[in-house]
Amino acid sequence: MSGYPGYDPKSGFEKWLDARLPIVRLGYDTFIFPTPRNLNYWWTFGAILAVILMSQIITGIILAMHYVPHVSMAYDSVQHINRDIRFGWMLQPMHATGASMMFLAVYIHMFRGIYYGSYKSPREVLWIVGVVIYLLMMATGFMGYVLPWGQMSFWGATVITNLFSAIPLVGESVTSWLWGGFSVDNPTLQRFFSLHFVLPFAILGLVILHVWALHVPGNNNPTGVSVKNVDKDTLPFHPYYTVKDGFAIVVFLMVFATFVFFMPDALGHPDNYIRANPVVTPVHIVPEWYYLPFYAMLRAVPDKLGGVIVMFGAIAVLFVLPWLDTSKVRSMRYRPLAKLFFLIFVLVCIGLGWAGAKSPTDLVFATAVDEHGVATGFSFLWLARILTLYYYAFFLVILPVLGLVEKPKARPESIEKSVLKSNAGEA
Amino acid sequence: MAETVSTSAQDPSRRDFIYIATGAAGAVGAGLFVWPLIDQMNPAADTQALSTTELDMSGIEEGQQIIAKWQGKPVFIRHRTQKEIDEARAVDVATLKDPQTDEQRLVPNKDGKYEPQYLIMLANCTHLGCVPIGDGAGDYDGWFCPCHGSHYDSAGRIRKGPAPKNLYLPPYQYLTDTLIKIG
Ligand code: HEM
Ligand code: FES
Repeated sequence: MSGYPGYDPKSGFEKWLDARLPIVRLGYDTFIFPTPRNLNYWWTFGAILAVILMSQIITGIILAMHYVPHVSMAYDSVQHINRDIRFGWMLQPMHATGASMMFLAVYIHMFRGIYYGSYKSPREVLWIVGVVIYLLMMATGFMGYVLPWGQMSFWGATVITNLFSAIPLVGESVTSWLWGGFSVDNPTLQRFFSLHFVLPFAILGLVILHVWALHVPGNNNPTGVSVKNVDKDTLPFHPYYTVKDGFAIVVFLMVFATFVFFMPDALGHPDNYIRANPVVTPVHIVPEWYYLPFYAMLRAVPDKLGGVIVMFGAIAVLFVLPWLDTSKVRSMRYRPLAKLFFLIFVLVCIGLGWAGAKSPTDLVFATAVDEHGVATGFSFLWLARILTLYYYAFFLVILPVLGLVEKPKARPESIEKSVLKSNAGEA
Repeated sequence: MAETVSTSAQDPSRRDFIYIATGAAGAVGAGLFVWPLIDQMNPAADTQALSTTELDMSGIEEGQQIIAKWQGKPVFIRHRTQKEIDEARAVDVATLKDPQTDEQRLVPNKDGKYEPQYLIMLANCTHLGCVPIGDGAGDYDGWFCPCHGSHYDSAGRIRKGPAPKNLYLPPYQYLTDTLIKIG
């Protein structure tokens, strides 16, 4: 690779160290990495995620110094952090809203991957590691939400752990194994604390694999066209993308800070300021916003096991996405039909989130009034059903079929050509 | 040197055997060690020590429901009205999702007679464990679970919604006509 000479240790010490522990070389190869010159801001979310992950780990370790994982003290200890611990008022919301920021960024990151076909050969393993990270994030977020031991914590934990009771034959034993008892109780809280502490480190390990798997084929890019000439198509990651990522990180941190300082509770549920009460279920229980689409799918199916399968299947289908999409063209920029269906897909995911936040019997719009004077019409249950159908159809029917029937538009010959052309267009 | 080579050439099965035996012992050992790591999460001895709860139901008014706790789980005890009992008995059992007669939802007292006014059930919805709202809620004058919309009738049988089973019955027995022991 001309233009990318590689690490050249200069001083005697650097040479000495490089022969023994080539760690500087590793850093050099990671940051002076040939990167397509046309990456747009959608490519900055990986770096944003890395920053929030570190923030979550640091604030999490601090919270664990003051939190007490016991049913009689957990709720108070979180209040104690917020009120009495120095800077606790900032550190606790940083961690709580940080989780939301992490999911916000990961959803953008994943949609980006789908739109630009970043999961396609040769990046299948990179994508799959990503889906595993996402699954672990879901588990970590769920267990973290249980720790303050408010009403939503308790009933969220009850509903989610009960999902496993749908497994035929062994379901009951699995749930009681998860609980360490006969219902969600102190043993459950303590093990969730332990796992919530350790899982982020597992995520960190997977992120290292993720970046490793990224550095073998290199970045995809908005055209989806592979790098042909390293000199003309790429730029070294540092300083070009360290600065671009850095700028995006700062903007994202401004959004993050707005939540932390001005509306720390906006993303949570007020019922979690009520202590957990095992005999009273809140009238309307909802999970955190980032689980809502899956919650809607769970409720869309009138059968317990069926609902659980549809819900987990929605994530499982992501693992095989690289083999479901039959199109050889990576970027949907050049796939007019796929682009349209993708846009609908994004709206469907948002719609599922909306349906998940509502009670299934609530109406999207009313069409009539029945004999008791109650409005009838199109309920969120049916909205969720239709959207769930589209969600699955997108992966199982639309993407496989489109690849065979769609006629893609002409793609640029190379990354360099596409950049030069768009610059000429602007001039 | 030459000797070593010829030994292994003459007797390859000896090394294969040691190799496979070591591998097998290692696998079994690892399996045996993993079990305690998994099993420790199951209910501990003190949690498991079957606690029993005695409960006097004479103070529960007709049409009233109380929630007792047994093994950390909430238990419904409802003093049903005659109307509720009649409704529960009028249902064609064959049409139910989890077919059970009203009497199968009860336990006979010491004299072998039923006390149909007292309905005793675990309070967790058989869908995903929320505690349904009582006092004749839902479309069948029984319970309604707000979490995902399961309707139970006045015998606690699932009639509509995602729950697969009737509300579970805890093990209990009558000590007198109004005193029960759960567990
Ligand atoms: C903690 C969570 C994650 C972190 C820290 C992370 C980090 C990164 C980074 C730094 C990059 C390179 C820059 C970029 O393209 O944005 C990247 C690329 C990528 N990530 Fe992630 N990621 C995470 C989760 C995920 C998830 C959940 C998925 C998908 C399910 C995913 C799929 C991808 C793909 C396909 C690429 C290649 C993009 C391309 O080159 O076009 N990542 N990730
Ligand atoms: S928990 Fe009762 S309907 Fe889901």
